Amino acid sequence: MDRDATSDVNAPHSMGTTIIGVTYNGGVILGADSRTSTGLYVANRASDKITQLTDNVYICRSGSAADSQIVSDYVRYFLHQHTIQLGQPATVKVAANLVRLLAYNNKNSLQTGIIVGGWDKYEGGKIYGIPLGGTIVEQPFAIGGSGSSYLYGFFDQAWKDGMTREEAEQLVVKAVSLAIARDGASGGVVRTVTINSEGVTRNFYPGDTLPLWHDEVEAHGSLLDILNASNPEPMST
Amino acid sequence: MDTLLSSEGDSQRTQYPYVTGTSVIGIKYKDGILMAADMGGSYGSTIRYKSVERLKQVGKHSLIGASGEISDFQEILKYLDELILHDNMWDDGNSLGPKEVHNYLTRVMYNRRNKFDPLWNSLIIGGVKNGHKYLGSVSMIGVHFEDDHVATGFGNHLARPILREEWREDLTFEEGVKLLEKCMRNLLYRDRSAVNKLQIAKITEEGLTVSQPYSLKTFWNFAAFQNPTVGAEGSWILCLMMFCCTKTCAFVDASFSFIARHGSA
Repeated sequence: MDRDATSDVNAPHSMGTTIIGVTYNGGVILGADSRTSTGLYVANRASDKITQLTDNVYICRSGSAADSQIVSDYVRYFLHQHTIQLGQPATVKVAANLVRLLAYNNKNSLQTGIIVGGWDKYEGGKIYGIPLGGTIVEQPFAIGGSGSSYLYGFFDQAWKDGMTREEAEQLVVKAVSLAIARDGASGGVVRTVTINSEGVTRNFYPGDTLPLWHDEVEAHGSLLDILNASNPEPMST
Repeated sequence: MDTLLSSEGDSQRTQYPYVTGTSVIGIKYKDGILMAADMGGSYGSTIRYKSVERLKQVGKHSLIGASGEISDFQEILKYLDELILHDNMWDDGNSLGPKEVHNYLTRVMYNRRNKFDPLWNSLIIGGVKNGHKYLGSVSMIGVHFEDDHVATGFGNHLARPILREEWREDLTFEEGVKLLEKCMRNLLYRDRSAVNKLQIAKITEEGLTVSQPYSLKTFWNFAAFQNPTVGAEGSWILCLMMFCCTKTCAFVDASFSFIARHGSA
């Protein structure tokens, strides 16, 4: 119990994480929290887990930070060459299958779960989930990371096909926020990336813009603000 | 370094499964083969995916069903794609039948097992070629069988006893489907990784069809279920007949649902 925090600093960087990808009528929205932990210490409280592969394909990374970064670097490299050879933007399916190849063929060494999302002119918005082991599953929405355990029931109830962009964005932000509330390994801000025929938009939702859930209280600068606001008298017993 | 018993440079060694499918059942019937599997992909105890297709066509004459690690099944399908492609490229009018596909897969599974790098699946191959019906299974270590009815995983314990009692050579399509559904319903009650969304595939000389996904009705309206501790409030001893052993329960479950269904039909 008396382990000092410095012993965690050298533990492997892991993204206990919440990652989400949803399709809507027109494209996809990827969402994630921003906490990277080494043991119990938060190494980065504002990480960006939504990484670009091409102009039209992004991935959400979870699990080992090192493993997911190297996979995304390799796939970006291969996709770049593929785009040059193909003469047009790569499809989401190709990107997802490249990730699958790396994940499957190195299944004994890698510990990363990835959600691939993007838009191409053939299939529109698509989401592919690639969990541990290298299975590839195309889904209307995908959730991953340690925080996703708390979201299975939520999505079973809240997910609807054919949402608008605004509905989908609100759903993603709400979901990541709920997961952050219960998963110690998820936290920080909520980042979203929207991809459609028009391009890519990044959004950023810091903690104070998120709704409060059960047993959470409003944030203040100081106790003094509360005391001064309610009554100018000194504290009572 | 003992290189006889362990290989240098941990390439790939016996792994563990992550995303898994549960039982597959296959039976021969009058016109060909019927196979059933649910659409669940479990991640440990979580039912993570509920639309995984575990029954797939192979070439013109065969059908494969898989349980176990889904990523390894996806890889097997790629191997089979290549196998069928090369077979077609011969352009000689011949095509690989289910017996050949079964043999190929047996070799693949056994050789991987020998390298301590198995494909973590149990497979069922079925098909009809030139009027001959064929149904076989291969396990992750290369154990292979050929029989009138086969199953993987839990199906071996829950479905095959039912099939041993009720399977006949001359089952019609309707009887075959009902028999498979009886087995699948039993698995749904008693297999924790089962999911109520399944597909049934039929392969005959004419061709193959995989049904759309559908769900089975289940039966819970038994007096013994409604008030299990009546007469002994606070006790944990439920109906003795139901719980003396799991095999009996499964069989009782199956016969109760048979009675319930036929009683109300």
